[in-house]
Amino acid sequence: MSALPRARDLGLIGCHVCGLVCRDVGRHDAACPRCGSALHRRKTASLARTWALLIAAFILYLPANLLPIMRTVSLGDVDDNTILSGVIELWVKGSPDLAVIVFTASIVVPMLKFLVLATLLLSARSGTDWAQRQRARLYRLVEFIGYWSMLDVFVVALLTALVRFNFLSRVEPLPGVVFFGLTVVLTMLASMSFDPRLIWDGRTNDD
Amino acid sequence: MTDNPTPSRDELPEPVVQRRRFNASLIWLVPALAALVGLSLVVHGWMQAGPNITITFQTAEGLEAGKTPVKYKNVVIGKVNRIDLTRDRSKVRVRVALEKSAESFATAGTRYWVVRPRIGLGGVSGVDTLLSGAFIGADTGDSQEYRNEFTGLEIPPAVPHGAPGKSFSLHSDDLGSLDIGSPVYFRRIQVGRVVSYQLDKDGKGVSLQIFVDGPNDRFVTTSTRFWNASGVDVSLGANGLKLNTQSLATVLAGGVAFQDPRGPHDSTPAAEGASYKLFGDQVTAMAPPDGEPHYIRMRFEQSLRGLVVDAPVEFLGINIGRVVSINLDYDDKKQRFPVTVGAVVYPQRLGRAYDKLSELAKARGEPDLSIMLGRLIEHGLRAQARTGNLLTGQLYIAMDFIPNAPKADFDPAGKPLEIPTAPGSFDKLQEQMAEIVDKLQKIPFDSIGRNLDQTLGELNRTLKQVNGEVLPEFRNTLKGAQQTLGTADQALSNDSPLQQNLGDTLKQLQRMARSLRVLTDYLGVHPEALIRGRPADPPQARPAPAQAPKQGSKP
Repeated sequence: MSALPRARDLGLIGCHVCGLVCRDVGRHDAACPRCGSALHRRKTASLARTWALLIAAFILYLPANLLPIMRTVSLGDVDDNTILSGVIELWVKGSPDLAVIVFTASIVVPMLKFLVLATLLLSARSGTDWAQRQRARLYRLVEFIGYWSMLDVFVVALLTALVRFNFLSRVEPLPGVVFFGLTVVLTMLASMSFDPRLIWDGRTNDD
Repeated sequence: MTDNPTPSRDELPEPVVQRRRFNASLIWLVPALAALVGLSLVVHGWMQAGPNITITFQTAEGLEAGKTPVKYKNVVIGKVNRIDLTRDRSKVRVRVALEKSAESFATAGTRYWVVRPRIGLGGVSGVDTLLSGAFIGADTGDSQEYRNEFTGLEIPPAVPHGAPGKSFSLHSDDLGSLDIGSPVYFRRIQVGRVVSYQLDKDGKGVSLQIFVDGPNDRFVTTSTRFWNASGVDVSLGANGLKLNTQSLATVLAGGVAFQDPRGPHDSTPAAEGASYKLFGDQVTAMAPPDGEPHYIRMRFEQSLRGLVVDAPVEFLGINIGRVVSINLDYDDKKQRFPVTVGAVVYPQRLGRAYDKLSELAKARGEPDLSIMLGRLIEHGLRAQARTGNLLTGQLYIAMDFIPNAPKADFDPAGKPLEIPTAPGSFDKLQEQMAEIVDKLQKIPFDSIGRNLDQTLGELNRTLKQVNGEVLPEFRNTLKGAQQTLGTADQALSNDSPLQQNLGDTLKQLQRMARSLRVLTDYLGVHPEALIRGRPADPPQARPAPAQAPKQGSKP
């Protein structure tokens, strides 16, 4: 806890969008006089939304991994691959570097997001002041890697568009990739809806 | 950032009041929706999941867990889940997850087999699997009984379930070059194929199942004849060399052909599963039916080199059967080795003669033809081993009437009937030849040679003597003879004195003959002159005899 006063203590509120500082009137339906966006001391229902989105993302992550994401038809040889089987296949067929990239982008990154967000949420809820700087760093990491987690979807989309040699070779997207894409979008939304200031609040303040 | 620069609260702008747009609790709809989607997936998957079946194969070649599809009419009805070995490691168990819609394939009659590329003499199949990998083919059955354990076929079934057509069964002595899938031809059009074959239970033949596709199955009638159309028929007849085959494919891969016999016949379409005999070739197939075979036995007292199993048995030149066995026997009494030849004959091949004979036999109240046969044997019917081909020395059995054949015993009740035999014509010839050779061998060629040698020596000596002594003398003699001849020649030449003397002599002789004639003429007229002497001549009579000497003295 810093000795510095908080905006709340001073009866001030800052707009999330344009950054205008207004007086805190203590209403829920206050809006920024400049840009018209809603004014909250903290992001509205940040913890609940983040939880909800995170849980939804996790639910969708299951079919994303269990269902095949891509069908490769090569000379009549039909091959359906899930994310993990694709990674294994890449590894076995002699491209461990690619396998590592895909594994990182498709398995490590989403799992990392789930874990990090869950940790942040739990710690924010309990209001502990444990490792605040590190937690803040974790949050920035999640924000950063969020850009890269659509890698699989891009790969499938690109291959589907590029590899169209009818009989010789063909790549088709399968439902798994939709779920994977949804998972990624939901995790991004979740990390967006998390208010990092909660880390510093030292206690729950989700109003 | 402390109180100091902060404008007073009143100077700060007042927030405007807005209607709250959205309830925070609505966010929980997102995971609920996700859960719903996930649940629906699970439910969908569960609903889609059909029965799980296990198929046993000899090998899992070309099969891949999680990938190999199961197809019926090229529609995917399931997928291979797992492949493992049976407990005794002799076979492969393939777990297949069928789709919900393919529940009916988990029934007792369903057949499963692996479709792999197959290249045979009859053609290539499953080419698409070369690239896409093998798949498991399925075919429905009639049964509704649930089952999840199947034994996979190693060879695709030749006929899909419910295909229009009929299957028939053929019986043959051996399979020949036929195989599953071998074509069945009707007038050289392929109308079906061999579905399966197996040995008869007693092992004495082969049963084949063929399937003739509709609508051509109606051409299979109750009197249809089937024959093995494999290979090439080469026949050398009066019209020249004739080569006959169904198609080039059958030469290599074999095939079955069928046709109705010529002439009036029953042409009702055959019933499903009807049974036929598979003949070896078209000629035997189209021949009138052989009827019941009869086994006969013959004992030959001679070597039968050149007689082989399947050699023809002919009756007066008509093929009535074939040899089925040739065995050597030992006769203790005669101390000889007779050859026992067993043959199968088809009396019906005798045609009208058989009909008449059987009618006669029936009229006489005889149970079968054996008594009739005995009568024929009394009249000289004998079996002979004759040479069919002088080059190869192949023999055949000929049943013929031998004039003045020695009487033979015949037991009409014997089983099998034993036909008395006669030595073949060629054998007789051989015997005679042997006798001649025997006699020739008895001639003392050695002593004859020695004598001849001696004689020739003496002759040689004589000739030498002749050359040395006789010839010079002979030459001298010849010379003498030549001289003599020369002398004679001289003596005989026109101007030789001998010739002249001879001419003179002859002339004088002529004159003498003339005077003799005059004398006889005179004596004829005057016989008395012989006694009285000549009277005085009239003057006319004189000049004639006087003239003659004048002429004669001229040379």
